[in-house]
Amino acid sequence: MKAFVIGLNHKTADVDVREKFAFNGPRLAEGLAAFRDIPEVQEAMILSTCNRVELYANVTDTEKASESIKTFLSTFHNIDRRSLENSIFIHDDIKAVRHIFRVASSLDSMVVGEPQILGQLKAAFELSLEKKTTGILLNKLMKKAISVAKRVRTETRIAENAVSISFAAVELAKKIFTDLSKKVFMLLGAGEMAELAARHLISSGVKEVLVSNRTYERACDLAKEVNGRSVRFEEFIQEMARTDIVICSTGAPAYILMKNQMQKVMKERKQKQVFIIDISVPRNIDPEINDMDNVYLYNIDDLQGVVDTNLFERKKEAEKAEKIVEEELDTFLKWLSTLDSVPTIIALREKAEEIKREELEKLLSRISGIGEKEKEAIEYMATAIVNKLIHPPTAALKESSEDKDALVATIKKLYGINGEKIEKK
Amino acid sequence: MGVILFELALTFYFAAAIVGITEFFKSSKVTPKIILSLAAIGFAIHTVNIIYRYVAAGHIPITNPHEATSFFSWCIVLLFFFLEFRYRIGLLSSFIMPIVFILMLISSMLPREIKPLSPVLQSYWLGIHTVLAFLGNAAFAMSFGIGLMYLVQEHHVKSKKLGGLFERLPSLQTLDEINYRLITFGFPLLTLAIITGAIWAESAWGSYWNWDPREVWSLITWFIYAIILHARLVAGWRGKRAALLSILGFLTILIAFFGIKLLQKGLHVF
Repeated sequence: MKAFVIGLNHKTADVDVREKFAFNGPRLAEGLAAFRDIPEVQEAMILSTCNRVELYANVTDTEKASESIKTFLSTFHNIDRRSLENSIFIHDDIKAVRHIFRVASSLDSMVVGEPQILGQLKAAFELSLEKKTTGILLNKLMKKAISVAKRVRTETRIAENAVSISFAAVELAKKIFTDLSKKVFMLLGAGEMAELAARHLISSGVKEVLVSNRTYERACDLAKEVNGRSVRFEEFIQEMARTDIVICSTGAPAYILMKNQMQKVMKERKQKQVFIIDISVPRNIDPEINDMDNVYLYNIDDLQGVVDTNLFERKKEAEKAEKIVEEELDTFLKWLSTLDSVPTIIALREKAEEIKREELEKLLSRISGIGEKEKEAIEYMATAIVNKLIHPPTAALKESSEDKDALVATIKKLYGINGEKIEKK
Repeated sequence: MGVILFELALTFYFAAAIVGITEFFKSSKVTPKIILSLAAIGFAIHTVNIIYRYVAAGHIPITNPHEATSFFSWCIVLLFFFLEFRYRIGLLSSFIMPIVFILMLISSMLPREIKPLSPVLQSYWLGIHTVLAFLGNAAFAMSFGIGLMYLVQEHHVKSKKLGGLFERLPSLQTLDEINYRLITFGFPLLTLAIITGAIWAESAWGSYWNWDPREVWSLITWFIYAIILHARLVAGWRGKRAALLSILGFLTILIAFFGIKLLQKGLHVF
């Protein structure tokens, strides 16, 4: 019984390799069944996302299993095995368990702390449960991994800060305004950069989206795309009076909004707060505007600064999370080691019971003329002797110790228990 | 009995203030609940203390500086609970409870004996006038706290330094709106307090307006808040300026409240 992980992810393989090995749609269930049928594999689960194709298993023999699984992967996806060798990674035992915990907690993600991975892992686990490809080890391991991820989520702030410019814009807007769904948002410039930066603001549900661009047709196109209204470039300053959030990214070589113009705008909107994000280089909005009351102007460097601080925060939080993973790893390994000794304890107990039964039968058939009471007393004594004799070895087996394998072997030898194997279900 | 109740309330407010201050440095999910519970226990004991003194004196217990400050603190905590349940503003207790504690501490150092009230002042106007004035001023005290929170948050957003309390403070707009609501709640109360005070003065001293220092300061306070409201509605003075003005307004009240008492004696009992 050994936890085992084999696969490719964003750290070991490029996307063009990863996509070849991905288990998409119906191929996933098919692949899972084939994976489970490999003789060395006792339990199986497949996690296939855009960043990783990872196979989790409980195997009898690591060496043999990795060979068989590699063969399975290359034949199943019909890809030459050599291309697999360079991009595959393998973990077993502690390393496998740690890896799964880290994946679940989003510590192994491309963007550390991103929240999707836990859902993907849960979905993969549910499919395995449905197809009955997992058993005692993987079930416990996955449940533990999910609880570790939840613990990481609640005890650290790993997923709290925005780590993209687009998210940072939303985060800031929420600290200026109470309710974004009552705010008017204007996109100045209809280029790709502007659209990218505006994406999360628009999807977070603002009241109205305005798009203005020097080429009016382009503004109309984009406005249609984002369910907004196009504004002629000559009129954008008029619209500023009712606009609360602006993202600006035009290719203009000079400022398109000056301080005196903004002062008029602010007077007209009765000094209501405005949040302006100028991501254009060179800058399009007079930086002095930030000195005005109730106007908050951020340029691309300011936003990048916010993102960098957040990334730094995340790194600190990730260190805390790693500690949690190590703690939980410890408790899981303890559980795992008791699992190893459970069959031996059962065998020992069965053997003792068998001897007791045989000897009692022998004795009771030889002596006659004793009553039920005496019979019971004899049986009671036999049980007591057996229990007292097997208690110390049982207790030793239940305790976790480093040389558990040696202990299990010794006890088997001393009590003459045959090495039994867990039957494949 | 009254003394024990007061000291107990003071102790609970002290604990709430201390835990509130630690919340600035290290946030956790349980501390806001601890602060609220401590403040709630303190408030309950405080309420019993006020009722006790009411029964003992036979009139509303706001007739000496100790009682006045204590009752003022009580009004602030009352409004605090109202705001807390209405808006659930993060860190509000950390800003307000220290203020409450300091007021209660000042109150605890003032003489506590219940002196017989001069017959001139024995009137139902006593209750109406003082409760209106205290509730109004308590609203201004809250707007002082909210104004401070606004300035802290505004500094974070403006200077683009987003560490510290940025995450846990509410949005600028929320703080600004609450500030405005508090002032629009406090201002009519203050106005009514001045009017009822004038009526009472007429019946007690025979004249509506005596140019008593307290009256003058109240009038100044009234003008400051009138200006805040006017500037906001007409010139759009919101945000930072409104926050600064509400801080200034409350400082004026504090001078009116404690300063005058120390400087000279007027007709007002406290």
